[in-house]
Amino acid sequence: MTKWLEENTPKLVLAPSFIAVLIFVYGFIAWTAWVSFTRSRLLPRYDIEGFIQYDRLFASPRWDTALNNLFVFGFLFIVIAMVLGLVLAILLDQNIRTEGAIRTVYLYPMALSMIVTGTAWKWILNPGLGIQAMVRGWGFEDFTFDWLVNPDMAIYTIVIAAIWQSSGFVMALFLAGLRSVDGEIIKAAQVDGIPTWRIYTAIIIPSMAPIFLSAFIVLSHLAIKSFDLVIALTGGGPGYATDLPATYMYAMAFSRGDIGQAASSAMIMMMVVFAIVVPYLYSELRSKDD
Amino acid sequence: MTDISMTSEQNKSQTGKIVLRWLLYIALGLFALFYLMPLFVMITTSLKSLDEIRTGDLIALPREVTFDAWRTAWSGACTGIQCEGVQPYFWNSILIAIPAVAISTLLGAMNGYVVAQWRFRGANIIFSLMLFGCFIPFQVVLLPMARTLGIMGIAGTIPGLIFVHVIYGLGFTTLFFRNYYVSIPAELTKAAKVDGAGFFRIFWSIFLPLSLPIIVVTVIWQFTQIWNDFLFGVSFSQAGTQPVTVALNNIVNSTTGVKEYNVDMAAAIIAALPTLFVYVVAGKYFIRGLTAGSVKG
Repeated sequence: MTKWLEENTPKLVLAPSFIAVLIFVYGFIAWTAWVSFTRSRLLPRYDIEGFIQYDRLFASPRWDTALNNLFVFGFLFIVIAMVLGLVLAILLDQNIRTEGAIRTVYLYPMALSMIVTGTAWKWILNPGLGIQAMVRGWGFEDFTFDWLVNPDMAIYTIVIAAIWQSSGFVMALFLAGLRSVDGEIIKAAQVDGIPTWRIYTAIIIPSMAPIFLSAFIVLSHLAIKSFDLVIALTGGGPGYATDLPATYMYAMAFSRGDIGQAASSAMIMMMVVFAIVVPYLYSELRSKDD
Repeated sequence: MTDISMTSEQNKSQTGKIVLRWLLYIALGLFALFYLMPLFVMITTSLKSLDEIRTGDLIALPREVTFDAWRTAWSGACTGIQCEGVQPYFWNSILIAIPAVAISTLLGAMNGYVVAQWRFRGANIIFSLMLFGCFIPFQVVLLPMARTLGIMGIAGTIPGLIFVHVIYGLGFTTLFFRNYYVSIPAELTKAAKVDGAGFFRIFWSIFLPLSLPIIVVTVIWQFTQIWNDFLFGVSFSQAGTQPVTVALNNIVNSTTGVKEYNVDMAAAIIAALPTLFVYVVAGKYFIRGLTAGSVKG
């Protein structure tokens, strides 16, 4: 008995966590998937009815807006945060004396809750007393910057705040990447008289491809899960102009009492995440095993 | 930038270098302003009176510094019908974060130790399955979790939130420790086994003493995640058990009475202080957690 116990201690230690993950991750996903194929409304029902919830979902203009917003927001957020992060990393890589302090300043927003970020930007962007009022106060009476309350532009305020929050982190990733490039090659290129910008575009940046990939994964993951920032900054409004799938799901689950819609929208979110993450994780785990 | 050593060109390229250097520092400074501006505006707004906010400039320094907004934010601001400020919710967040961080870190350390050092058949698959759990959008578990917490009798309670944070933090904490322990040579464990040390003994007297850096990274990562969480907090709490992020959002979006922007800002800073403090004190470990959490596997 003690011998058996001794041999199996590692398994026994891992077992509770593994069982918890099986139930609370995979079991719950299965539950949500199942319910997304039923007629559940306020209460879950368990008789499968096919794709009716998905039909309803894709017929809903609000979901349409949410999905569209996700693509607009996701695209701009990822592209701008990557470009900005790369530029900052390259600027900081030029033997800057105060690098440590500057890095700290660029990165601190990442330590904040999205709710704090949203609250701050909501105040700054509010047309009545924020930037618009300030610039008007300087004498530019016609200056307009009302994106926060403009249904066509409100989604871009979320892009701004999200970039403010995350670009420093992308910078940190890229900076680590720049530092890991083989110094000998760079020195050799410098000796050959190759201009600095060419060294970056032809040697350093191409060798950082894996870092671009992981930055992309992290940012797209952040974009799809974006929920707090929207709630704090715009509350999904004006109307539902800034709804994202995450806020749509939450509204259906907790204020509309429409479990079927909540489940099907959550499943779509998961499929988007998995379409991006699974190939990446698969290749990562495989390359580790080799 | 180029290294052409013709003497007539040398002076020119020297001044060019200095100008570039200046431009570089100006660009870096402007970016620093962009990142600091919201924090600056938050702090100054929180120190102004409402009158001054209405008549003054967004980025002007306060003419008269007052801490009234801070007092109100801490103990008087209304979150819906309750008017106790963020104080009770701040303590809620602490009551949630401390046990959740401690438990998930401990479990992560044990799990990582097993996966990295006691490989058995299927251990890798188990680890992969746990890793995938890190990536799911939590929306996909919200509905069943709400029902499960109800069945367990901990819906809307602080233990319920601790439970949720431990479960969904396990993937990351296991990952952190696994990646750290994988680099410790397996011979160490083997030698200890030959000497008659058991599973727990080896963990306790060999691995744990080596683990301080990764414990710091994991604790900081988990604390930041849990303190800043909003989705679980808003989904699984009720009046009285909400974490500080939810209370902050309620204060800012409460529609009753006069909009007190200075109080909103003070409340936001209070909600941000613990994680900002951790960042300033242990930034190195914070960044390590972030990059370890992003470059997985």
